[in-house]
Amino acid sequence: MNTYKRSMAGWWQRNPFYRWYMLRELSCVFVTAYALVLLLGLYRLVQGPEAFAAWQAALAMPGSLVFHLVALVLVGYHSWTWFKIMPKTLPRISLPDWAVVTGGIGAVIAVSAALLWTALG
Amino acid sequence: MRSIAIECLRYHPETDRAPRLQSYDVPFTDDMSVLQGLQYIKDQLDGSLTFRWSCRMAICGSCGLMLNGKPSLGCEHFLRDYYPGPLRVEPLNHFPIVRDLAIDQSDFLRKLESVKPWLIGEPPAKGTHLQTPRQLDEYYQYSQCINCLLCYAACAQYGLNDKFTGPAALALLHRYNADSRDHGKQERMQVVNAEDGVWGCTLVGYCSEVCPKGVDPARAVNQNKIESTKDYFLRFLAPRKGA
Amino acid sequence: MKRSNKPIFWSLFGAGGMLSALCGPALIFITGIALPLGWVPRAYERAHAIALHPLGKLALVAVIGLFLFHGCHRMYHCVHDFGIHVGPGMKAAFHGFAALGTAVALVLVLAVS
Repeated sequence: MNTYKRSMAGWWQRNPFYRWYMLRELSCVFVTAYALVLLLGLYRLVQGPEAFAAWQAALAMPGSLVFHLVALVLVGYHSWTWFKIMPKTLPRISLPDWAVVTGGIGAVIAVSAALLWTALG
Repeated sequence: MRSIAIECLRYHPETDRAPRLQSYDVPFTDDMSVLQGLQYIKDQLDGSLTFRWSCRMAICGSCGLMLNGKPSLGCEHFLRDYYPGPLRVEPLNHFPIVRDLAIDQSDFLRKLESVKPWLIGEPPAKGTHLQTPRQLDEYYQYSQCINCLLCYAACAQYGLNDKFTGPAALALLHRYNADSRDHGKQERMQVVNAEDGVWGCTLVGYCSEVCPKGVDPARAVNQNKIESTKDYFLRFLAPRKGA
Repeated sequence: MKRSNKPIFWSLFGAGGMLSALCGPALIFITGIALPLGWVPRAYERAHAIALHPLGKLALVAVIGLFLFHGCHRMYHCVHDFGIHVGPGMKAAFHGFAALGTAVALVLVLAVS
């Protein structure tokens, strides 16, 4: 049989659903990058107060602030999609899908509020 | 009467080296489905157009097509919704094209057989199986699959790697595992646990979006990731025969 | 069919995904925006106190380690999604990087005085 196999090149650009999927997946770059920033901060912490202050000053550079703002948006998108998708990964439980999603997003808000209150208070 | 331009992918292996698009002007009424549009083309304009169809009512699974790039059943989408067009009609993505709008489904049929889509185990000694409505509820949605392959056309992972078992086959695997009359879960774990079993899925989720019967294959596959993980870690605690 | 060892990596991916979904945005805001703009009072003292406390050490390693495992596992899949073939070498590189980062974090929290 002389069947014809079509190319997958650029597959994710052909449909908005796929584009949003790729955005969700690419949030992982910022999760990784942020973990490395934290790792660096931990290293500076071990080095002492002067090193930590220098790291804090470096974070205030425009490039760093822009990076963190972008990371905030994309990791926020990760949070949203994580809990939107969670019902599909759970075994059959007595909670309806919307309850799982609402509970999850609620947990994000609660945990965030607790962390912010602790850090900024 | 209004008309819409339907652009069909054409591919005749005996003459064509690659597919091309051919446009047809199809007059239509508001009650005409895309399938009826294709039948008009075949009956009135170009008898060489090849496509599969049967029931005209979204139960046989034959008329799967890409309509403007979206996996859809031709019989349950209407020309009026694509007006003024043009409407691009192509064969289901991720499958080799046999001729025009007909694809080669043999890979799916092999995958389907590999999941043993039948009740495994001895029937009751006397009488028939008994099943409560709650037990039926556990697998009912997964039993609604009509093997239309829209989910495979939607699945990017199947498109990138055709060794992936794929949404419908895994949903049907789950349908039997979740059926109280079945005792074949262990037998099917080999398919579940493989790299191209449930682990080929990255939860794009488009399969469940396009499924015309509400099967939700994304859910069936991803619930089994937990099962596979349990099986992976607990096998050391409770060795099973043939594990 | 050969059994996949995906469950190990998927579990780490899942744990990291859950942690980063719950804490990620807030932590990024705190350390990446609030901290440099001076909105975190007594930042060094409090960060130092966290790093000294055993639970704080655990939290630091967990956040860094699990974020890395989540991110690296997904990045590995992203490379595949872009159509680039990923073999066992790539798999080892991505997950090895995450493991290395986790190890460094562990060494650092134990070195805090």
